[in-house]
Amino acid sequence: MQPTTKPATPPTPPTPSASADGLLLPVPDEDGAPFWEYTAQGELRVQGCAEPACGKLRFPPRPCCPHCRSFDSEWRLMSGRGRIWSYVQPHPPLLPAYAAQAPYNVILVELADAPHIRLAGNLVASADAPMNSVDPARLRIGARVQVVFTETGGMAVPRWILEKS
Amino acid sequence: MAATLKDATAIVGIGQTAFAKQLPQSEKELACRAILAALDDAGIDPSEVDAFSSYTMEETDEVEVAKAIGAGDVTFFSKIGYGGGGSCATVGHLAAAVATGQASVGVAWRSRKRGSGPRPWKNTAVQLPTPGQWTRPFGLLRPADEIGMLARRYMHEYGATRDHLFNVAMACRNRANENPAAMMYERPLTREMYMTSRMISDPLCLFDNCLETDGALACVIVSAERARDCRQKPVYVHSVAQGLPSQHHGMVNYWNDDPLSGPAWTAARHLWKQADFGPQDVDVAQIYDAFTPLIPLSLEGYGFCGRGEGAAFTEGGALEMGGRLPINTGGGGLSEAYVHGFNLINEGVKQLRGISTAQVPDAATCLVTAGEGVPTSAILLRA
Repeated sequence: MQPTTKPATPPTPPTPSASADGLLLPVPDEDGAPFWEYTAQGELRVQGCAEPACGKLRFPPRPCCPHCRSFDSEWRLMSGRGRIWSYVQPHPPLLPAYAAQAPYNVILVELADAPHIRLAGNLVASADAPMNSVDPARLRIGARVQVVFTETGGMAVPRWILEKS
Repeated sequence: MAATLKDATAIVGIGQTAFAKQLPQSEKELACRAILAALDDAGIDPSEVDAFSSYTMEETDEVEVAKAIGAGDVTFFSKIGYGGGGSCATVGHLAAAVATGQASVGVAWRSRKRGSGPRPWKNTAVQLPTPGQWTRPFGLLRPADEIGMLARRYMHEYGATRDHLFNVAMACRNRANENPAAMMYERPLTREMYMTSRMISDPLCLFDNCLETDGALACVIVSAERARDCRQKPVYVHSVAQGLPSQHHGMVNYWNDDPLSGPAWTAARHLWKQADFGPQDVDVAQIYDAFTPLIPLSLEGYGFCGRGEGAAFTEGGALEMGGRLPINTGGGGLSEAYVHGFNLINEGVKQLRGISTAQVPDAATCLVTAGEGVPTSAILLRA
C-alpha cells in the first residue's frame, strides 16, 4: 500500500462566527466556498456540471454530478430573480440575536433560472434592512423576488427584496 | 429466494422509565432501568443479551450498557443516524441480526434528557458546514423552522389548514388523557387553546410541536421460535424498511425535485412489498409526530390516502378511537413523551398484546414509523 501524501493532521473545524449584529455567518465548506466567493463579488452563482453533454445545475454544491458523475464543475451566473416557494416566521425561543428580531421571516426562493434550486434567505425592505423589515402581510407564496447582497462580518450574504411590479 | 425477515423475529419485552420534564437520574441510569425492565418483561436474563441497537444520538453507548446490565459476550451492535428517523431501524437491525444467526437476544433502546438537557440547535459550536451554511445564517435554526417551511408549502398546495393540524394534536392529546404514564395525562386540549396558543414557527404553534421529555424506553427481540417460550405474547416483526430517497437532504429537503414526498414514500414501498397485507388492513398506527404536519405527510407516504389527501384524512375523527385509523394511542411524541419516537414502538407492542390504555379492539396489525423529513425507518408489527 502506498503511503498517503496527505498531512497527518485533520483539518481544523470551522470556527463559528457571528456578524456585528450577532447573527450567524455562513461557515463555508470546501464545496460551498466558491458560492461565497462569488457573493462577495455581488454575483449569485450556482454550481453546474461542466460536462458539455450534461451541464445540469446542482445545489448544495458537492464534488460530482449526480446525473453523469463528472467531477468537472463550473459556477454559472444566475439572474438573481426568483419566487417565494414557502416561508416561516420563527418566534422565540431562539438564539439571542435572532430573538431580538423575531418574529422575522425566512423564505425559500426558487430560482427563476432553475426552479428546482431553492435558496433559503430573508425577505427584506432593502439590502441592509433587518430580517423583520417587511410587513408579514406582504409574504406570499409565488411572490417575485430579486437578490441583493448584505455585507456583514467580511462576507456578502444574499437577501431578497420584492420585485417591483 | 433468500429467507425474508417476515415474522422471523418478535418483540417479547418492553420497558420504560417515567416520563417527565425533569428526572433526577442520568441518561445512563435511565437507559439501564428501561433495558432491565424490558428484559424482566420478557423473562430473559440480562446475561443472555448478545446484540444492541440504538441511535447515533444516543449518549450511552453499548459498551457502557452491556457492562452495567451484565450482558454476556456481544456479537452484534449498531447505531442508526438521523435522530428520530432511526427509531424503527433499531428494531429492524436487530431483527436482521437475529434472523440471520448473528445474535440471539437483541435489545434496542433510547434514553434521553431532552426535557432538562441541552437542545442541539442551541449549540452553535457544532453547527455543521453543510447544510448549515445554507440555512442557519438566515434564521432557519430549529427543526420546527425547517418543518414549518414544508408545512406552509403543503398547506398552500393542498388546502390544508390549521384545523387539520389541530385534528392531529387533538387525537394525540385525547389518547394521552387515557394514559396515566403520559406527560399530558389529565391535561385536555381544546380547539380554542390550540388556536390561541403562541406561535413557535408560524404556521406551527406550541401544540404542533412535540414535548420536551426526560425518559428512556427499550424492547427485546428474539427469534419467533424462541418467542413462543417467553413470558409475554409475541409481537412479530412482520416487515421492516429504511428510507433515504434519491437526492434527499436531511430535514431541509428543499433541493429535491419534490420536497413534499419525503422518506416515508421510500420506506413504504419496501415495507409493503415485503408484507402480506396493505395499508387498508392496518388496525392501528403509531406515526412519528415530532410535528403535527408529519402526520398528513406520513398518511400519504404510507399509502393510507392519496397525495395531497392527508389533511382531509384527519377530518371526521378518523384518527380517534373508532375512527378509520386510530393513531398514537399512547399519546405519541406530541402528548405522551418525546423520546425520539421509541414510545411509538412500545405502544405498538402494547396494542398487539391487547394492553394499551386506549386499546383498539382485536388489533392484530400495527404500523410504526420513524421521523418523516429525515432519513427514516418503519416496521409493521403483527400479533
